[in-house]
Amino acid sequence: MSYRLVIAGLALLVTLLFTASLFTGPAGLDIATSFDGLFLGSNEAARLVMQEIRLPRAILGAMIGATLGLSGAVLQGYLRNPLADPGVLGVSASASLGAVIAIYTGLSAAFALALPVLAMLGAIAAVMVIQTLAGGRAGTLTLILAGVAITSLAGAMTSLALNLSPNPFAAMEIVFWMLGSLTDRSMVHVWLSAPFMVLGWMMLAPLGRALDALSLGADAAQSMGVRLNRTQTLTVLGTATSVGAATAVAGAIGFVGLIVPHLLRPVVGSKPSRLLLPSALAGASLVLAADIAVRLIAPGRDLKLGVLTAIVGAPFFLYLVIRYRRMLT
Amino acid sequence: MTRLSTALAALVGTAAFLAASVPLRADAPPRRVVSMNLCTDQLAMLTAAPGQLHSVSYLARDPQSSVLPDDAKRFTVNHGLAEEIFMMRPDLVLAGTFTSRASVAMLKRLGFRVEQFPPAYSFEEIREQIRRMGDLLGRAQRAEELVEELDRRLASVPDPVKPTWRPLAALHFANSYTVGSGTLSSEVVARAGLENLGSRLGLSGTIRLPLETLVVSSPDLIVGGTRYESSAPALAYQTFEHPALRAVLQGRPMTAVPDKYWVCGAPFTAEAVRILADAAAPLSPRKSFAP
Repeated sequence: MSYRLVIAGLALLVTLLFTASLFTGPAGLDIATSFDGLFLGSNEAARLVMQEIRLPRAILGAMIGATLGLSGAVLQGYLRNPLADPGVLGVSASASLGAVIAIYTGLSAAFALALPVLAMLGAIAAVMVIQTLAGGRAGTLTLILAGVAITSLAGAMTSLALNLSPNPFAAMEIVFWMLGSLTDRSMVHVWLSAPFMVLGWMMLAPLGRALDALSLGADAAQSMGVRLNRTQTLTVLGTATSVGAATAVAGAIGFVGLIVPHLLRPVVGSKPSRLLLPSALAGASLVLAADIAVRLIAPGRDLKLGVLTAIVGAPFFLYLVIRYRRMLT
Repeated sequence: MTRLSTALAALVGTAAFLAASVPLRADAPPRRVVSMNLCTDQLAMLTAAPGQLHSVSYLARDPQSSVLPDDAKRFTVNHGLAEEIFMMRPDLVLAGTFTSRASVAMLKRLGFRVEQFPPAYSFEEIREQIRRMGDLLGRAQRAEELVEELDRRLASVPDPVKPTWRPLAALHFANSYTVGSGTLSSEVVARAGLENLGSRLGLSGTIRLPLETLVVSSPDLIVGGTRYESSAPALAYQTFEHPALRAVLQGRPMTAVPDKYWVCGAPFTAEAVRILADAAAPLSPRKSFAP
């Protein structure tokens, strides 16, 4: 299958799911009213539902999915580790911790940008730990175990911070930060996170060639003119910026970055440069689909996105562990 | 094993001794009452004779949950733990039906008299509960006064301005929860001359109401509860700031009814009716923008 055809197909899929997301919701608007609300706004209630409630949700679903898919593909290429993913490596959990600190100390109420910034700092901390280990030529297994440790620690600190909050509702929000949700996000959340996600993509997108070279080994890459330091900096900052901003507004949504590159390798081949764009598109499709599903499966229940991605992703992770077990031991 | 049974026997013996140390006759009113639930706390504080009530729960002192936080300072505080209440040697324990089952079961096993009150779901149930409290404490006359106070305060709320039109009220609490029919809140809303959105949508009990459903219903009034924002922020109130909700409010503030007036049914529940009726008074039917 030609590469362009794959890209076009995935772009079409994202468009379809984005549209479906706009037409899914408990308000029960018919197609005509929905279009009116989205484009004309002659019906005020429909305009509010479409433009202020469903549109930000769909935009965030697509952008967060793209972020997770893209960073998963970059991390798998850069670390040469088939199990790498922002969720597995603890980047998402650390970003959640940063966001929790920003919100529950009241910092983000005083200064809105504190939310994405602290989430990004959390994400950077996790990526730095992973990077330090990877620099020491750690094996696949070592990195994954480090990710498990980071996730557990960040999760525990998140729970601690929320349990200690005098607000009786804070403790119930642990679930949101660990499993993620897009329910009732607004344009405010889009403005707060979208610029940082785009910034992160801009750092990650040009890495394709360097990652291709790196797949031959660091020395070979260097001899081919790849600047290793620059590649490393862009990977660390790009992942942390985009995943941090995504997690700040939607919580930690797991496994998207893990699954997507594996699904695409049989189609586009395993060259990282050919994997990045399709992974971003497929990630967007996956999160949009999951977000439609949570609204259809349990309307009004606020089922968390991470529940669905984990139901699909965790068995897939297990399958990968079995498939790569020789590499792991 | 023998040591354990000896210890148990000693414990039961102590309980019997402690219980016996307060003279207990079926017809005599209790003299040392302990309440372990916020709602029974407040009914007991209103009804009991001086010196009759010994302890109330710690929530009774919390000004956000309790209408009588200052009165509560006159009593010892308990945290609903069986051990704690055992040591207080009460001759009557008041609890809610949803109070920790383990603690209540333990107290009953130890031979204490425990009376449980279900949550009040209507004004009629509030009257019944006040009278029951009066009977339990031997204060039937005081209970009648409280029932009269409730009826007087309800009667003092002016009748709905426009009997032909009932403004639509959406109750919007933390985490987008609302209440449907069969609740005290929906009865309060109805008594204030309003129509409860949750009831109109066929909901019952306390349940999530998605923001977009609220928006397309274009309510005339959005009623919120107490925000614990003063103590610490939480995402639970995020929808309160949502642009779509702001747009429905059209620049008017949300109507705040403090939780303490309607989490428990008592004469002060009439205050919640008054707040809502006051908020409804200036409303007039407007061109609805519902689809």
